[in-house]
Amino acid sequence: MFITSRRTKGEVVFDLLNNLGMLLICFVTLYPIWYVLINSFNDGKDAMLGGIYWFPRVFSLENYKAVFNNVGIMTAMWLTVAKTVVGVVAHVFFTAMVAYAFSRRELIFGKTYILLGTITMIFPGGLIPTYLLIRNLHLLDNFLVYIIPVLFSFFDLIIFMTFFREIPDGLEEAARIDGANDWTIFLKVVLPVSLPVLATIALFHGVYQWNDYFAGIIYVNKESLQPIQTFLYRVVAQSSSNIMTTALQGSAVTKTVTSQSVKLATMVVTTLPIVFAYPFLQRFFVKGMMIGSIKG
Amino acid sequence: MDMQQTTQPAAMTQKETPPSERRKWLKKLYTQRHIQIMALLGIAWMIIFNYVPMYGIIIAFKDYDIIRTISEAPWAGLTHFKEFLSDENFGYVMKNTLGISLIKLLLFPLPIIFAIFLNEVRSLRFKKAIQTISYLPHFLSWVVLGGILATWLADVGIINHILMALHVIDQPISYLAEPKYFWTIVITSDLWKELGWSAIIYLAAITSISPEMYEAATIDGAGRFQQMWYVTLPAIKGTISILFILAVSGVLNSNFDQILVLRNSLNDSASNVIDYYVYYTGISQGRFSYSAAVGLFKSVIALVLLLIANQVSKKLNDTSLF
Repeated sequence: MFITSRRTKGEVVFDLLNNLGMLLICFVTLYPIWYVLINSFNDGKDAMLGGIYWFPRVFSLENYKAVFNNVGIMTAMWLTVAKTVVGVVAHVFFTAMVAYAFSRRELIFGKTYILLGTITMIFPGGLIPTYLLIRNLHLLDNFLVYIIPVLFSFFDLIIFMTFFREIPDGLEEAARIDGANDWTIFLKVVLPVSLPVLATIALFHGVYQWNDYFAGIIYVNKESLQPIQTFLYRVVAQSSSNIMTTALQGSAVTKTVTSQSVKLATMVVTTLPIVFAYPFLQRFFVKGMMIGSIKG
Repeated sequence: MDMQQTTQPAAMTQKETPPSERRKWLKKLYTQRHIQIMALLGIAWMIIFNYVPMYGIIIAFKDYDIIRTISEAPWAGLTHFKEFLSDENFGYVMKNTLGISLIKLLLFPLPIIFAIFLNEVRSLRFKKAIQTISYLPHFLSWVVLGGILATWLADVGIINHILMALHVIDQPISYLAEPKYFWTIVITSDLWKELGWSAIIYLAAITSISPEMYEAATIDGAGRFQQMWYVTLPAIKGTISILFILAVSGVLNSNFDQILVLRNSLNDSASNVIDYYVYYTGISQGRFSYSAAVGLFKSVIALVLLLIANQVSKKLNDTSLF
């Protein structure tokens, strides 16, 4: 912004090419998503002929009707909403609480605690020992398997801790003089002024909870406990369209929809909540990433 | 913070004996009991979910089965490691893991280049819009992206459509069913998903560069490319080093979420990586000790690579993780 006028010819050419390159990147990023979107709004049988590139050819909402009328998909959807909401609240609260304690410099054993945490980042337990642990804890086929094993993250703790240490001591002192104990200070003083970092971690963990399909594969057999991403995985990766076909038999609209078109509509419905949420949270997470990168 | 300490001695003086160091310490521990409870809840979680699995790794040196507990299982020494190293799958599993990772490592500069060029965009509004758009794919799940890819790469998909219209190919190709396309699909889709997101950290580092640096460079007659090379790049060198160290140490980590979605039995010879191999032998076949050994083999190499990369970076440009 500091040089507003007087660009040389080379500069003008550079800016032009640079902007064009950026536009190209935007197109390449958005078009695959757009392609899925328009095909999901197209009549399923017609879409099988291919050639739908810019707009739906035979506009139809039947695919979405099929999705929303499908009991299996909707169960998986609500389970995903539940595990995301519960998971985010629990993870953010628990990790922030531990981080607040770790951030207090007078904490006895504080250095040892942080060392214990750092070791967990360097030496991971690995898939198999973790699986055996979860099994021994009787968390298999249990809703809590989505919550408790990811209740805490030392990486997130570092981001919280860095933020909490920046909070002016005066705020806490004032509360302490009024007779508040550490729990009250954490809840009433620290959390309210930490909104940006809370939003950042909530977004990251929310995306994780919403998008994770692996826990649903490895720890869960019950269909009623299957998240939407695991459901989609079974449809997409194992390309077992018969899952979709069986799922479709329940619905009345099988004339114009195909398993492929319903799959696309399910993908759109699955992705929409995140796509809508994240631009609002963007200003927070860029800051949160910076805190993480400085420390991490 | 020191409020307590200044108020406590007043109460202490009423007692005859001056408090010993130990009593002082206990007093301090008592006054901070609330935050100790908070901290210990976290420590308890880490012991259960991090340290117990760390202990559980010893099954790699044992013959563990579901009937016995870990401590009851008989020792097996290095049998499982030897078995993996001489397994017929070892060669191609390592080849796939390292091959995919090394190509990803070669592409490591792309987000940096993207960030530097994005920084040169003059219109702030345009810049913001590009950022928002380029972060978007990061928020799609690998399952959804797998679905997008399956749609694009299907026999009747857009890729075959275009290539056939251009007469590059005569017959539609089933890309996901052929091993020779697998690496390209994995690397391209990873780039598409993460390019913008990986650039965030560099952009954040670039924003902290003082505008005066650029003004000074302009006065000295530096063009845009020279500004990138002599101002922007040196300023983010530290960030680049740190991220490169992490990338090197993660070279045996495949993006498991991605591989699991895109792999199938037809492309197995190009898609079977260590992480999948551990999952398959451990969870599907129930060979817990063997798969734990493979997992440990991976972790140990990752740790060694981390230490080497860290040392090299420390020597070369004085930046290191620890």
